[in-house]
Amino acid sequence: MQSVFNIIFSPDFFYDVLRVTTPILFATLAATVASRSGIFNIALEGIMLIAALVGVIFSAYFSSAWLGLLFALISGGLVGLFLGFLVLKLKTDAILAGIAINLMAAGGTIFLLYIISGDRGVSSSIKSLVLPKFPLPVIKNIPIIGTILSMQNILTYVVLLSVIVIHILLYKTPLGLKIRAVGENPNAAESVGINVHKIQYIAVTISGILAAFGGAFLSMGYLSMFSNGMTAGRGFIGLAADAMGGSTPIGALLVSLLFGIADSMGNVIQTGIKIPYEIVQMLPYITTIVGLAIFSYSKKKQIEKLKSK
Amino acid sequence: MSKTSKLNILRTALSIIIALAISFIIIYFISEEPFRAINKMILGPLRSRRIFGNVIELMIPLIFTGVGVCIMFSASQFNLGAEGSFHIGGLVGAMAALWIPLPSFIHPLVAILLGGIAGAIFTFIPALLKIKTSSSELVSSLMLNYIALSFGNYILSYFLKDPKAGAPASYLIPNTARLSILINDTSIHTGLIIAILVTIFGYIFLYKSKTGYEIRVAGQNEQFARYSGINIVKVILISQLLGGFIAGIGGSVQLLGMYRRFSWIVLLGYGWDAVIVTTLAKKNPLYVPISAFFLAYIRIGADIMSRTTDVSPEIVSITQGVIIILIVAEQFLSKYRHKIITKEAKSLLDTEGVE
Repeated sequence: MQSVFNIIFSPDFFYDVLRVTTPILFATLAATVASRSGIFNIALEGIMLIAALVGVIFSAYFSSAWLGLLFALISGGLVGLFLGFLVLKLKTDAILAGIAINLMAAGGTIFLLYIISGDRGVSSSIKSLVLPKFPLPVIKNIPIIGTILSMQNILTYVVLLSVIVIHILLYKTPLGLKIRAVGENPNAAESVGINVHKIQYIAVTISGILAAFGGAFLSMGYLSMFSNGMTAGRGFIGLAADAMGGSTPIGALLVSLLFGIADSMGNVIQTGIKIPYEIVQMLPYITTIVGLAIFSYSKKKQIEKLKSK
Repeated sequence: MSKTSKLNILRTALSIIIALAISFIIIYFISEEPFRAINKMILGPLRSRRIFGNVIELMIPLIFTGVGVCIMFSASQFNLGAEGSFHIGGLVGAMAALWIPLPSFIHPLVAILLGGIAGAIFTFIPALLKIKTSSSELVSSLMLNYIALSFGNYILSYFLKDPKAGAPASYLIPNTARLSILINDTSIHTGLIIAILVTIFGYIFLYKSKTGYEIRVAGQNEQFARYSGINIVKVILISQLLGGFIAGIGGSVQLLGMYRRFSWIVLLGYGWDAVIVTTLAKKNPLYVPISAFFLAYIRIGADIMSRTTDVSPEIVSITQGVIIILIVAEQFLSKYRHKIITKEAKSLLDTEGVE
């Protein structure tokens, strides 16, 4: 037990937490932007998977991790736009459209991988590149904090920065105000001259790009290759974390960190005490359900209170 | 048949044709021998009795999860727990088969029933959370599916695992519990009969019973349902319990019909497939076997194609995705629909005018 305690309060543990949190936080922020505009983006899972593969393919093609990332982001933005087209133009139910995109992504990535490499499971035969890890000047010399924060993958810094950027976008810019207005009450927004569809198109595209960052991190940072189904529900967890964090970027950060801690803790407990691996694997999902229930319940009570006044 | 329902059939047929056309175009561009590939995909399943049997075998689990999801979605509850219910149903079915010694005939029935109950409990959780805490049933059911998988793996490796089996798998399911083969030269098992019974039950329940009517009304317009005195909480709970029960039955039927051991270490995906089946069947259990057959047919077709040509079977996922989108897209053929509806209304007015 003592050893588990030591591991949990070690800088290495928190370093790992940040690493594990990165893709989930991207997914959560993506969910936040979309849901704030009034579109439930369940396609995050598929978008991440597509971006993970696209990043691998193009980083190998151009021998540049950066171009790989760029194309991954473009693919994510395009799929987001496609979801917008289905929902806004063709009037498809957003959830079913998202499920359709996910099904196509799950099979389509394997299909594409097979065409390109002849493999159907992993992309190990493609010589893809990994995004660099980055030493933070000054901070790297501070004990403990330096170990935790420095030498993370570049996208881990990007995601932390994104929390601030998305916060500013949503609360301090005219576009953010419009996104929130459209999500809150599209009719009211329209009556004051906001082009509702245009704002929603922008929001799902941003959402797609954020999810694509998460997907690219998985195949070009977290691991150094694509493997089929590698998102393993992270897009869905992003949706859950967004609901639990009340659709705010700060909430997204806190809940994703909680999830990251639950996930990393699982790895530690395994080495420390004898708890079956399978049980430990449930931990993040149970955390999410419990957290979601508590959050939704308190929100429900709040609304009831407001109504009774 | 009214013109609008004729139009619905036309829309579905056109969606399928367009989706297949897109897939064939993709095959044409990537394959060295596209026409042979397409030929294999379309006619492959008809080549032998055994292969056509595979289509029916694959259709069986799709019918169960399809009917289950029809009932759950009819209440406008996006509970995606059918995936987990199916898995848990198979697990509990295996446990009952291994641990409760019973004579044949009764043995599979008990195992299937227990699997169904486990499946019902599983989809009950998101429904209960929704009612008590207003948390999204979609999100919690997605999370629960992963818990179901880990739970199944835990039970498998700590309680059921046969160390001599090589791969992670349970001890052999006793013959008393296995479903017998229905048609020679194939693996089509008596589960097919249960699937047909479940389809008929699902249809009668949803379209001929009072509760089924309430579920559909609540699903279409919750406000209206509330004002007309329908108990929404009851409707949600019954629909989710029943949907999970049927998906759970499906899991144990699949296990006892098609497997000699419990060896599911990944989610099999029939719950997600059920969304396609339900969409194609327009949430009507009566059409579920047809859409399940269609889905099973193109999958087996794609499988045969991939075995003998250079096209991988995942092309089917593109076909499926396009079908869902076109069927659900309200704008698809909407101008045509608008024309037909105004025409019908006009002719109605005319005949009434004569009277």
